[in-house]
Amino acid sequence: MKPFSRAEMAARVARDIPEGWYVNLGIGIPTMVADHVPAEREVILHSENGILGMGPAPPPGKVDPWLVNAGKQPVTLRPGGSFFHHADSFAMIRGGHLDLCVLGAFEVAENGDIANWATSENDTAPAVGGAMDLAAGAKRLWVVMEHTTKDGRPKLVEKCSYPLTALGAVSRVYTNLGVFDVVKGRGFVVVDMAPGVTFEALQERSGAKLHLPG
Amino acid sequence: MINKIVRTMAEAMAGIKDGSTVLIGGFGAVGQPDALIEGLIEQGAKDLVCVANNAGTGRTGLARLMELGRVRKIICSFPRSAGSVVFEELYRAGRIELEIVPQGTLAERMRAAGAGIPAFYTPTGVGTLLAQGKEVREIDGRLYVLERALKGDVALIEAWEGDRWGNLTYRESGRNFNPVMAMAAELTIAQVMHLRELGEINPDHVVTPGIFVDRVIRVDRGPEWA
Repeated sequence: MKPFSRAEMAARVARDIPEGWYVNLGIGIPTMVADHVPAEREVILHSENGILGMGPAPPPGKVDPWLVNAGKQPVTLRPGGSFFHHADSFAMIRGGHLDLCVLGAFEVAENGDIANWATSENDTAPAVGGAMDLAAGAKRLWVVMEHTTKDGRPKLVEKCSYPLTALGAVSRVYTNLGVFDVVKGRGFVVVDMAPGVTFEALQERSGAKLHLPG
Repeated sequence: MINKIVRTMAEAMAGIKDGSTVLIGGFGAVGQPDALIEGLIEQGAKDLVCVANNAGTGRTGLARLMELGRVRKIICSFPRSAGSVVFEELYRAGRIELEIVPQGTLAERMRAAGAGIPAFYTPTGVGTLLAQGKEVREIDGRLYVLERALKGDVALIEAWEGDRWGNLTYRESGRNFNPVMAMAAELTIAQVMHLRELGEINPDHVVTPGIFVDRVIRVDRGPEWA
């Protein structure tokens, strides 16, 4: 079994993003997706803090302190990019204008529920940021995450055990072991597997029933 | 003659009362009105409710205001970030109240306040802990949470250029919450990098019209930000 690396997961997501989409990428592996979209394919990146047409990190010595992404890292602006305030930025999100949001997650349930902001109900001061707005608002929500936790517990589950971010929002999940569509009334449908991974091995590492396409 | 430009920080901070709700612009350090926060620390108002995206970092600025025990409650979307040590300490000790609000809901609650809308339904947060105790209503087959407008007594914001009527422009991602907060407070105080003569800012480029702004003070952030 040869699981996808983080870079390969990001590349696998990038492959599925067509030209012309407006896309918001969350922190972590989702941020790496931008590096794998070919330069000639115009995908417009949105950042919650008021940027459309966000470009890659600047070269050393060319950092503009006024220009950061949602993770507060320095970025650049592509020709054609624009700036706007937070209420407009989230109007784009909530108003269904973004074609896609890619987020990390702790758990995704077979009905598309996502948990990605708090690890326990007792964690009284977790940081939600824009995750709930993005999950509820974008036209599509894809999740990219490891298939299991560090101690081997499944992250694809029947029902989320962590506090929810949004209900029924996820339509696709990319893990280090495979790619899954979340189909209403059916659950997780396997659309791709990492090299050497079998359906049985995937099922063994998942907390919900997996389905083959068709 | 209308002149909203003030020359000293004491003038800028005049009249801020104990118990005020203070909206503080910025996203991390970008667009954060550092000099005004320092001014508020000097000014002395206490028992404050602060509204900001983050709960301060390090031991300066908003973190310092909190450390001095002047903040009763913080309303924010992302209290835990690298360096939010003061917030963590106070929160663990039960010495500060916290209201977590999804980032877009936070922006819209202030926009609504500035636009005279007392509450609104939003799909964000439905079915989550952050919707607990709030009215949920189905509209055209989808569930929405009722969120209330969030009004400030004071807004501290940072802009790029300002003139004596209070017209403001912003710089790149430094815009973020600033224009929204400017609309939502009784008293809006802007620190600007550049003062302009009336008419010098292209009217097409004004982002926050002066009607939303009460005081403007020039603060040079230094060459790095110029």
